[in-house]
Amino acid sequence: MTARSFLNTQDKFVLAALVLIAVAVVVFNSLPEGHVLHLPTYSVTLFGKYLTFALLALSVDLVWGYLGILSLGHGAFFALGGYVMGMHLTREIGDRGVYANPVLPDFMVFLNWNELPWFWLGFDQFWFTVLMVVLVPGLAAFIFGWFAFRSRVTGVYLSIITQAFTYALMLAFFRNEMGFGGNNGLTDFKDVLGFSLRSDATRRGLFVASAVALFIAYVICRRIVTSRLGLVSIAIRDQEDRVRFLGHHVDYIKISLFAFSAVLAGIAGALYVPQVGIINPGEFSPLNSIEIVVWVAIGGRATLYGAVLGAIGVNYAKTWLTGAAPELWLFALGGIFLLVTLFFPKGVAGVSWPSKRTTR
Amino acid sequence: MQRMFAVGLCLIATLSSTSICASSIETGDEALDAAFDLLLNKNFNIKKQGLEALVESGHPKTVELLEGVVNGTLRYLRTEKKLVWQRQSSEGLIAIDALADDELGLFSKRKFKRITVNNKLRSDIRSRLAGLQLDNPDPQVRLNAVQKLMADDEISDVQLESIATRIDSESDQPTKDAMALVLSLAKLRDPQEDVRLAALDSVKNSMTPQVRQRVAALASSDESARVREVATSIQTRIERRISNWSKVETIFFGLSLGSVMVLAAIGLAITFGVMGVINMAHGELIMLGAYTTYLMQQLMPGQPGYALLLSIPAAFVLTGLVGIVIERSVIRFLYGRPLETLLATFGISLILQQFVRTTISAQNVAVVTPEFLSGVWQLNEALSLTLNRVYIFGFCLVVFAVLLMVVRFTSLGLHVRAVSQNRDMARAIGIRSGRVDALTFGLGAGIAGLAGVALSQLSNVGPNMGQAYIVDSFLVVVFGGVGNLWGTLISGLSLGVINKLIEPWAGAVLAKILLLVFIILFIQKRPRGLFPQKGRAAEQ
Repeated sequence: MTARSFLNTQDKFVLAALVLIAVAVVVFNSLPEGHVLHLPTYSVTLFGKYLTFALLALSVDLVWGYLGILSLGHGAFFALGGYVMGMHLTREIGDRGVYANPVLPDFMVFLNWNELPWFWLGFDQFWFTVLMVVLVPGLAAFIFGWFAFRSRVTGVYLSIITQAFTYALMLAFFRNEMGFGGNNGLTDFKDVLGFSLRSDATRRGLFVASAVALFIAYVICRRIVTSRLGLVSIAIRDQEDRVRFLGHHVDYIKISLFAFSAVLAGIAGALYVPQVGIINPGEFSPLNSIEIVVWVAIGGRATLYGAVLGAIGVNYAKTWLTGAAPELWLFALGGIFLLVTLFFPKGVAGVSWPSKRTTR
Repeated sequence: MQRMFAVGLCLIATLSSTSICASSIETGDEALDAAFDLLLNKNFNIKKQGLEALVESGHPKTVELLEGVVNGTLRYLRTEKKLVWQRQSSEGLIAIDALADDELGLFSKRKFKRITVNNKLRSDIRSRLAGLQLDNPDPQVRLNAVQKLMADDEISDVQLESIATRIDSESDQPTKDAMALVLSLAKLRDPQEDVRLAALDSVKNSMTPQVRQRVAALASSDESARVREVATSIQTRIERRISNWSKVETIFFGLSLGSVMVLAAIGLAITFGVMGVINMAHGELIMLGAYTTYLMQQLMPGQPGYALLLSIPAAFVLTGLVGIVIERSVIRFLYGRPLETLLATFGISLILQQFVRTTISAQNVAVVTPEFLSGVWQLNEALSLTLNRVYIFGFCLVVFAVLLMVVRFTSLGLHVRAVSQNRDMARAIGIRSGRVDALTFGLGAGIAGLAGVALSQLSNVGPNMGQAYIVDSFLVVVFGGVGNLWGTLISGLSLGVINKLIEPWAGAVLAKILLLVFIILFIQKRPRGLFPQKGRAAEQ
């Protein structure tokens, strides 16, 4: 199998568009200010944000579209990845904080803490942070999945406990005692890897990093879903018991794909935080996680590109509508939910979801 | 000099009970005028006579006036010769006639003259006041007076005397007990050892803070070893009882929290548990119920109690109708697709939230707590329960009982159970399953509305309030076992109690987190909840 054969036409189209847009954004942003085609830097950051959301949607589509796990807590893995990156960026502030403490972040000085808690150690190293961006959400998902999938919690029950999972994390991160900045979260970042977060070049770099991450993740996800593993996972989605009886280790397949999906979500979070400049417990809120599901539902499940398009489309609409008519946004979002589920159950992409009515 | 002379003259005049000169206060009651003339004297001995005269006067407002003198709130206007209360208004100080209770108009601050008293006189007045109040025909006033004396650390012999003479003729039992306690408290200070021992024995069942304080003092520093020993044993006895009562209190708080959780979840137990519909808009239906209460109170200004009672049926009907509309327009197209139902109803919840935000307000609204719900129910010295929580607990049980009756004994309930157990078979024997679905969903939604009415008395009413309950409600239903109303009741109440038991050492937020983790782990172990459905229905 050559590297390109598993990509279908839509994939090639989406990936080509991604590369084109990425190049265009960078080029137009580099044009001198005042030029007709100059793209302001805040737009670059905005696009970068959309791309991280697209990556997040991709991770949800992998488990929902191809494995049948409707996770209402994927925002938690995104936020965990974001917090890991936020901790690194906070350490990088160094003595430029309000209290000018070279080691302790401002909020710890404010809370009269004398030394760095053990779980903050190591985050001054970038390699360690990257490791943790992968490990923390991955391990959290692994542990959660280990309990949930092995005891065969499925369907709606699973959705509800994933929601409880992110809700519990939200409550926990709101506590000052947790040592993650409580209510305010982590913010006021200065630079990443020595590059100032305020400079246009850094912002372009983060945007490109997001685009590259999305590109690679997309290819890997497509590779997975077209592989034998992907076929088994689709079978699990449609008839879990039958696959089990055929001798497949359903639990391990679910756990590993769920953990991998959580890693993708974590990476998305880690790319999101330096671009928006803040991470707070609100990212854990159940509403955020459900919004991700909507992006995927609108774009179309089990297509991958549907998730990417849905995430970018809905968020673009959100940016536009919350600016133009903020009171209409929730009406619109709610309306989209209803329209899509009632009239376009396969989403905009509208392909390849077997129209099987599961028994209730 | 001249003034002193005049006062002296008046003094003579009043002492001889003839009005040669005009009094400095004119109330229309001669005895009162005379008493205040004496009270306004600079000599504290004469003031004391004035006090006696005032008590003797037997005027119905005596207690009020005496309290005014002690607190310094009673003033007089020299030129108008009136006793007044002063009240601050936007234009200035308004004088209110202390006897006739009518407004006399605005006066400058300098016009309000104080009636000066010293500490000695003040304590005299207090003791006379106590005596006066102890003779009040209203038992509540008497009880308050005794309790005030109990809190007084430096109770005088006169006051004790006034209690001792009245205790036998006291008809009101709580007042009588309180009087006995005051006397025993005084006896705990008696120099004689056996008096103290007897007093200790008589207070051993009391849990009032004064008794605890005094007994603790005796246990640690009485000169007699015997008294110390007895006091110590009584002290541990009292503390044990108090800690037992505080456990009762914790359990009550737990049950109260649990009843809120049950109320919020019980509608979901119908829509989710019986019908299998994941209704993410359940929290918003609760919110609509709460807003119904608010609107009813707006419609009936000044009658928050009736408005609250009327909003019970109103909220049921309103949210029930909303539920039926939701079922007929959206959910019926999605049966058999639980995950899509979840998304669609979530969309509905967003729309309902924004609807309330747009039509009413994005801010929280104020729902009035009517009088019969405010206040506390004092069971004993160690345990008092807030009334609204007691009522809501009762309301929860009533709603549950009615719902159980509906499901068990009505034809609607029979149809609901038939459809939920085997839809095709139910249809085959002529049950209109579509109608049953709509009514069932309407019933679940209506109960959510009832929960909203109750919750409007406990928490903030705002567009986001529903979200606070949705996660909890689902967990309660799942924990109890889907499709099992009793399971929902037991799981809600037990989760409430567990939460409150953890709270003292974990704090509110951590307790909540621990509870969530506990439920998540529990579902791993028993995915079908505490009371799983058995047989054929279990596989649906």
